[in-house]
Amino acid sequence: MAEDLRDVMVKGDEEALGPHIGVFTARSTDGRILKVSQDGGIVSAVAIYGLEEGIFDGFVASVADPDDPEEPWKPRPVVITDPDEVLEAAGTKYTYCPNVSALKEAITTKACESIMFVGTPCQVRAVRKLQIVPLGMRHFPEKVKLVMGIICMENFPYEGLRSIVEELCGVWMREVAKFDIGKGKFWVFTKDGDVVSIPIDETHPFEGEPCHVCTDYCAELSDITAGSVGSPDGWSTVIVRTPKGLEILQDMVDKGLLEVKSIEEVKPGLGLVEKLAQVKKNKNAKEIEEREELNLPRPGEVFTKV
Amino acid sequence: MVKLAYVQLAGCCGCLVSLADTYERLLEILDAVDLVYCQTLMDEREVPSCDVCIVEGAVCLNHEHMVEEVKEIERKADTIVALGACAATGNFMRHSRGNQRGRPTHEAFVPVTEVLDVDYAVPGCPPSPETIETFLVLLLEGKEELLKPFAELAKKTSYCGCDLMEEIINKSMCMGCGTCAANCPARAIEMIDGRPVLNKDRCIKCGACIVSCPRFLWIGDEPIIKAFDVGKVEEGGE
Ligand SMILES: Cc1cc2nc3c(=O)[nH]c(=O)nc-3n(C[C@H](O)[C@H](O)[C@H](O)COP(=O)(O)OP(=O)(O)OC[C@H]3O[C@@H](n4cnc5c(N)ncnc54)[C@H](O)[C@@H]3O)c2cc1C
Ligand code: SF4
Ligand code: SF4
Repeated sequence: MAEDLRDVMVKGDEEALGPHIGVFTARSTDGRILKVSQDGGIVSAVAIYGLEEGIFDGFVASVADPDDPEEPWKPRPVVITDPDEVLEAAGTKYTYCPNVSALKEAITTKACESIMFVGTPCQVRAVRKLQIVPLGMRHFPEKVKLVMGIICMENFPYEGLRSIVEELCGVWMREVAKFDIGKGKFWVFTKDGDVVSIPIDETHPFEGEPCHVCTDYCAELSDITAGSVGSPDGWSTVIVRTPKGLEILQDMVDKGLLEVKSIEEVKPGLGLVEKLAQVKKNKNAKEIEEREELNLPRPGEVFTKV
Repeated sequence: MVKLAYVQLAGCCGCLVSLADTYERLLEILDAVDLVYCQTLMDEREVPSCDVCIVEGAVCLNHEHMVEEVKEIERKADTIVALGACAATGNFMRHSRGNQRGRPTHEAFVPVTEVLDVDYAVPGCPPSPETIETFLVLLLEGKEELLKPFAELAKKTSYCGCDLMEEIINKSMCMGCGTCAANCPARAIEMIDGRPVLNKDRCIKCGACIVSCPRFLWIGDEPIIKAFDVGKVEEGGE
């Protein structure tokens, strides 16, 4: 008998994590996913499951070509309709990728009727706003069926990422097989199998400034959020927020697609997620105040000056 | 019941067609209002007193009678709505250089927002059926928080994709989500290096980009939490 997620999940501090039903640790049971995914492959597993089951007919994500001669690893949004192509988008690209822009292509060009979206917390917020008030979107609100968020402390502009990798780590972008942030370090795994890391503090000067007014670490308005923090290597921390998200994850567990554990059994555990979420909130709330002193607007309150 | 008037000025009637494209939901909306004026649908010659007046199309300042009629709306209606880009920001009516044959000298076409104190503007050419429906439902339910983007849009008579540069990017606010590009009806925005870049020749100056930007205007978390049951544990189970 497969596990009932309600028995595995625990609730954390909603102040830090945002409203949720429960949190647990999980990974995909598919070796092909784990080979290319960033962490436990939860995002890719949900997308493949949904496309195969016909719950979704389009998956909006981010792909990058590590071998691009001009700009290796520069991501661009994609609309994936074939479950076999989901893994092409797996893995984290630590630079801005305008995933929301691809919703237009998903609806108008690819005629998708039921879309799964994945994005950073700010992108999740953008999609949710449009679902409530579809300002310039056509045939939109009811077609986005699942919004998955990925935990995010900050992002880097492409040239910032390139500086970190090429100048600080001493690795050419085109040599990179995978990037990661964890255990206080920025990691680069090369195609030749080398591993280079630098303290995360050294990357701070390259963080995008617009990220410093964002107080959402855990994609608080998603259906499901996945991140690495809190769970062991190769596993994901999963925050279930909506009944729809829970239903999908439970069905995946029942079908043997996910291996799950209580986050209380693993190290470093939920406490670290809560701590980092609070760090982001405090740090960036302070930045917003400092900007106000310079007469800069608060995020979401720019408005029109008439 | 809310008394609603629908006024058509200079334009193509596409907004009304888009409103009708909400199909059965249109009937629900019509059930919830008392339609007191709409030249296309009924034989009523003068805009009567009403709670809400929806205006579609641009005003021709060379057309005295039209200007008078429009001015009258301010006295008759509590809430004025500019529906679609012609009424909100002028749209292609701004490019008019003489009206059809009967009126070759008419060229001063301006959005209703230039003539009246408009409360809400709905972007789009035409606004999508979903946008119109959502707007009307929010209006009838009096959800002011969520009407904010529409109220904001009504504050100016002209926008441009370059507003994103001045208001968002130059303020270190743009996190490159691509929402503006998805909302632009003219495909005038391309995302380059994680930021919107405007093709000015394509921009129809509608403002859909900036009002949709979450960094420009946030609608609050609460309505989203409610609409999607975020954090809601289902009752029951075994
Ligand atoms: C900029 C950034 C910062 C992050 N910071 C943290 C952090 O501080 N703590 C933490 O726990 N986790 C962080 N993550 C999330 C983490 O790296 C993994 O994405 C997450 O754990 C999901 O892993 P997975 O194995 O389930 O995903 P996978 O199955 O590998 O799928 C990941 C999905 O994310 C999409 N994606 C990748 N890069 C981007 C991007 N730049 N923009 C939008 N979508 C993208 C991919 O298309 C893919 O579908 C960050 C992710 C990003 C993109
Ligand atoms: S860029 Fe597009 S959305 Fe923005 S004002 Fe111009 S036409 Fe409208
Ligand atoms: S919607 Fe706003 S934050 Fe998003 S890319 Fe456009 S300008 Fe930037």
